[in-house]
Amino acid sequence: MTADVTTDSHDIAVTVNGTQYRRTVEARLLLSDFLRHELLLAGTHVGCEHGVCGACTVIFDGVAVRSCLMLAAQTDGHTVMTVEGLASDRDHLHPLQQSMHDCHGLQCGYCTPGILMTMKVFLDETPAPNEAQIREALSGNLCRCTGYQHIVDAMMLAAERLRG
Amino acid sequence: MTTRKFGAPIRRNEDARLLVGQALFVDDVELPGLLYAAFLRSNVAHARILSIDVSAARARPGVVAVYTAADLGSYWAPGPLLVPPPPIAGIIFNQRTQVPLAKDKVRHVGEPLAVVLAESRYLAEDALADIAVELDPLPAVVDLEKALTNASATVHDDVHANVAAHLRQSRGNYAAARARAAHVIARRLLYDHGASSPMETRGVVAKWDGRADQLTVWDTTQAPVFFRNGLAAMLGLSERQVRVIAPFVGGGFGPKIMLFYPEEVVIPWVAMKLNRPVKWIEDRLEHFFATTQERGQTHDAEIALAADGRILGVQDVFLHDTGAYNPYGLTVPINSQCTLLGPYDIPNYDSTFTAVFTNKPIVTPYRGAGRQHGVFVIERLLDIAAQELNIDRAEIRRRNLIPPDAFPYNNEIIYQDFAPLSYDSGNYEPILDKALELIGYQKFLAEEQPRLRAQGRHVGIGVACYVEGTGIGPYEGAKVQVQANGKVSVATGIGTQGQGHFTVFAQIVADQLGVAVTDIDVVTGDTDQFYWGAGTFASRGAVVAGNAVNEAAIAVRQKVLKFAADHFECAEEDLEIADGQVSVVGVPGQAIKLGALALKANPMRGAVRPGTEPGLESTQYFGPPSGATASGVHAMIVEVDPQTFTLEVLKYVVVHDCGTVINPLILAGQIHGGVAQGIGNAFYEQLVFDEDGQLLNASLADYLLPTALEVPRMEIAHTVTPSPLNPLGIKGAGEAGAIPVGPLFAQAIEDALELPGKKIELLEIPLSPNRLFELTTK
Repeated sequence: MTADVTTDSHDIAVTVNGTQYRRTVEARLLLSDFLRHELLLAGTHVGCEHGVCGACTVIFDGVAVRSCLMLAAQTDGHTVMTVEGLASDRDHLHPLQQSMHDCHGLQCGYCTPGILMTMKVFLDETPAPNEAQIREALSGNLCRCTGYQHIVDAMMLAAERLRG
Repeated sequence: MTTRKFGAPIRRNEDARLLVGQALFVDDVELPGLLYAAFLRSNVAHARILSIDVSAARARPGVVAVYTAADLGSYWAPGPLLVPPPPIAGIIFNQRTQVPLAKDKVRHVGEPLAVVLAESRYLAEDALADIAVELDPLPAVVDLEKALTNASATVHDDVHANVAAHLRQSRGNYAAARARAAHVIARRLLYDHGASSPMETRGVVAKWDGRADQLTVWDTTQAPVFFRNGLAAMLGLSERQVRVIAPFVGGGFGPKIMLFYPEEVVIPWVAMKLNRPVKWIEDRLEHFFATTQERGQTHDAEIALAADGRILGVQDVFLHDTGAYNPYGLTVPINSQCTLLGPYDIPNYDSTFTAVFTNKPIVTPYRGAGRQHGVFVIERLLDIAAQELNIDRAEIRRRNLIPPDAFPYNNEIIYQDFAPLSYDSGNYEPILDKALELIGYQKFLAEEQPRLRAQGRHVGIGVACYVEGTGIGPYEGAKVQVQANGKVSVATGIGTQGQGHFTVFAQIVADQLGVAVTDIDVVTGDTDQFYWGAGTFASRGAVVAGNAVNEAAIAVRQKVLKFAADHFECAEEDLEIADGQVSVVGVPGQAIKLGALALKANPMRGAVRPGTEPGLESTQYFGPPSGATASGVHAMIVEVDPQTFTLEVLKYVVVHDCGTVINPLILAGQIHGGVAQGIGNAFYEQLVFDEDGQLLNASLADYLLPTALEVPRMEIAHTVTPSPLNPLGIKGAGEAGAIPVGPLFAQAIEDALELPGKKIELLEIPLSPNRLFELTTK
């Protein structure tokens, strides 16, 4: 039985941050491990591997999902965006990232990529949120450093900037 | 002129790398030929090991090796005692430290029995199921009071009644104070603290390079230098052969200062033995067992008061759960013992604790590090005293505050750093006044609470005071260097886990050397960049390493001025350093860039004067004589739903004094995060062990960290009483937010539910909706 799990593999073609990758993956390979250790997109962090902390959140076909709860094989033919897709480089931050910087919305920074992905989708759908809506949207992402206040401030600022 | 960077809310240098996903964390280290480790851990709390058969695991395809304690040979040894017991007469301390892989006996769930090395993490974890372990279960030692009886099983066969330590400290004469007291109040109080739960679990990657004769270890440690030194000694290597890198670390909060975790001992050894790089990353389930945590204390405390509410004395006898081993000595219970005294003038104090071995994970400091437990005791006793003496809760605190002219204030007992518990400086009453003003204390009690109660709402207010011993020694060091490109590098031996060291240290240097904060490159946690240091703990990074950085920057400034004076053939007093260059005041065009000066200070040819050091560089060390004492007051208005016992924090105020402030933006972040962890501790987080020593809620779905919905917006204010113990006047701030939240919640909830009138007292933390229901619906 174990042998099946370790040998069963799938050929996938997945577009990540605009680049198409073709790989053969084990059936049981988590999307988080695929992104981090196969594609070397290590910006996606793994905090709990049971779908609670939100650190590994990526955007799958426009929806924020936990990459530790998906298999790489499920992404065949789909589109994934990770934190690496948000800015071209350190000097050209996305308004979400710039606002996090301006408001001191990160400390250790480990939960930050997941928060950016969650809030990217949220702000796309809710361009003019109030604080309660932001806290609700953020409540699926755990941060142990900041107490959330500066993240909430950053999201208010980012929403304003994105509205232009 | 450049404006002063010290004290400014400057945005962080380290953010950009983290925001674009390019910061290196331990699990991001990828190396050719990497092997992956998985540890087989005990699933029972207490048992003798009869046999471990790893043959089937070794035969599994993809598995490279499997080791047990027997395979470690002479490398197997109990870990070091990190903090020896303080030299206090009558102290009992039974040292029993953790081992790399269990041999003969397991003493807590999660203790490692064997390690599998395989070509992938998936294969390594598969192979764990192939290992056959025969255990002879023993009764688990879980309850502290039962553990101390003759009938109890013993965690360590040769430690009678599980006594890990016993220590009494006293000041004055409590019995005499009690004899003349108008009121004596005695209570049993329980305070349980939980798991620090950083979002990044622990991890170790080790690479042995035989050609370079060097071992490199990436580790999530808060203490890279001590780890390097210990590892070199254990492996028989020279210290220069071991490089430890604590790269970006995803939160620590205390448990990552622990040395040596079994994995930190085993993984480097395996990498050398197999001559292949090895990675181990802890998963969240393991984290609940394999990483140290804090837990409970039971206090039997008594306070003696004069008729006017002045404290005459306090007596406290408490039990402390130290877990299966005690490598961190007595730091946590001594912090509890000392911090109980708070900002109050308590002339007579008699405190005795017994630390107890249990079959549970090891207890070492977690943010607050036992301070919470002591603060809970004194703050609750004062609340009850206020009730019984019919004195306002804020007023009874005010009457007992140490007056500003009493500093330095000696409490006459010994602190965790073995120095007398002496408060360096403070001015407590303005902090209390400010907090009461910001929360609107009088108005709430006089107007708002009656109005809201008339509407059927259950709202209450709380106010709690605390002090925090911070910035203890022994020392830290820093190297500051002007590079030929004009940028400045700073290296220090402490590790960083999000505190903003890359920015605050740069701010300190920027003021001395007149360069932009963004042009200062700070390196922490790499033993090849800086050799010496103790680590990041006890709210000491900014205080101790910050002052070392300052001293080094001042020394470099002096070198810059001297070189420039030679260059311009002028007096040093005629020079000004600003905007990355040195210029002669009042002489336009007479300026040289710092980089050009650095180049001149390290010439390729020619002669330098004897006694001249090359370069614009200095390494300096700073060690304070003792710790600096920060202080603060938290105040809160809470509403309780009487049906569900859920809470809504309507207002939360922190007024804090941590001496001079380097960066108010970063300081606010530290306070916010501390309060959030305090809220978790007060109302949401509890490690629930059953009578067999099994942790029943070892997942983030069951051990509830506060989310953005549970943590309220906080209002923060500061008063500034500089520390006289360091030139910058800094006190630490890392733990302050977390310390007084438990008693604050208990007090405010009691008020909201009008419990004093019902003779119900909340004498335990954590609370929760369920527990509140049980306690209030008898």
